[in-house]
Amino acid sequence: MKWDWNAVGDFMPHFWDGVLVTLQALVLGSLISFALGLVWALLMRTPSRWVRWPVGVVTEFVRNTPLLVQLFFLFYVMPEWGLTMSALTTGVIGIGLHYSTYTMQVYRAGIEAVPAGQWEAATALNLPRLRTWQVVILPQAIRRVVPALGNYVIAMLKDTPLLMAITVLEMLGEARLFSQQHFQFTEPLTVIGVAFIVISYLASLLLRALERRLVH
Amino acid sequence: MTSGLWELVLKGIWTTVQLLFFSSLVAGAVSFVVGVARTHRLWIVRFLAGFYTEVFRGTSALIMIFWVYFVLPLAFGWQLVPMWAGTLALGLTYGAYGSEIVRGALNSVDPAQKEGGIALSFTPWQRMRLILLPQAVPEMIPPFSNLLIELLKGTALVSVIGMGDLTFSANLVRLALQQSAEIYTYVLLIYFVIAFLLTRVMRGLEKKLKAGVGKAPQHGVGAHELKRAETTGVGGAVS
Repeated sequence: MKWDWNAVGDFMPHFWDGVLVTLQALVLGSLISFALGLVWALLMRTPSRWVRWPVGVVTEFVRNTPLLVQLFFLFYVMPEWGLTMSALTTGVIGIGLHYSTYTMQVYRAGIEAVPAGQWEAATALNLPRLRTWQVVILPQAIRRVVPALGNYVIAMLKDTPLLMAITVLEMLGEARLFSQQHFQFTEPLTVIGVAFIVISYLASLLLRALERRLVH
Repeated sequence: MTSGLWELVLKGIWTTVQLLFFSSLVAGAVSFVVGVARTHRLWIVRFLAGFYTEVFRGTSALIMIFWVYFVLPLAFGWQLVPMWAGTLALGLTYGAYGSEIVRGALNSVDPAQKEGGIALSFTPWQRMRLILLPQAVPEMIPPFSNLLIELLKGTALVSVIGMGDLTFSANLVRLALQQSAEIYTYVLLIYFVIAFLLTRVMRGLEKKLKAGVGKAPQHGVGAHELKRAETTGVGGAVS
């Protein structure tokens, strides 16, 4: 096995470019999935089954099909329908949409975990429905689900390399480009592999700390 | 779409199913070996198994596939055919997730059961085989079912290294027809149907196994879906 430290040195500037794009995709994707997941979760609690049923079917469909194919769908089909977006935007929307179907389950569990007494108290205080959600239910529900949402941020981090397939130059994309230009595959791929392990391990430590703070 | 293109798609489905089958076998074997090792009495065995889990869950499946396909041949001189490179990478990665399921299920067996085995002077292997596993395995089925769906979705990644699976065939059809809406819709539907069939099969299996230890399957979708959070996360952050 040959290991060339010079190749690692040459790759480093590209590596940092890749990290930046990866983090961008991760942050924006997380924000979309958090917001959209909450929307799905709230829609699933509307009394009308004409809302719940389609939302349930669509989210189940998105959750059970590969993110990669969804990305291709967005990347190739949307322009045919006259909606052209940059590769990174497409990727962010794809990841956000895919993971919103997971965060939706998390929010639902959080909402269901709010004790019934809270609902009854809100009714007794004659709070309007919107206000009940805003100041009673959601603050308690969301506090409970932050660690679980964090888990999905880590899962999303590990799915960002998929954006390479739609030409986004994130970490894996940069590594592949560098390998093909310099015919050195070992170093860049190993560097980003280790980087992913380090980042996700640090993130899980951070999450554990956050969880301890929120629980106590 | 012409019949020739459909044939391409059918071949893709067959490759995806094969890949799913082999990599789920590898992943299953890895999860049991590593999961049982994580409850071993020697700390070094526990440590190594835990290290394996952290490393393989920490990295991305796609990077793993690239690494196995591009780096392994250069580093060790083994050139794997794409099918085995994909099987190995997916099996090892998802096996690491599966080992957490196995460990959790083994730990959730009532400690009195294990103590009973000790009192009857069973060997550790007998305790595992006759007491712990028969009770733990039915509990593992719902999270394994979720993991199997994740694995199915993971098989799409091998198209990136040029393996002719369902996703790859979709790309070929797109290039041939110069339009993508139709084929990608079909492909998404096909994946969904496979996933649906898999959940049905796993549900049947759960029912059968639970009947064997005198339990009824629990069917709240809530409990079912929440388990998925544990299988996709990292570092056991949420317990």
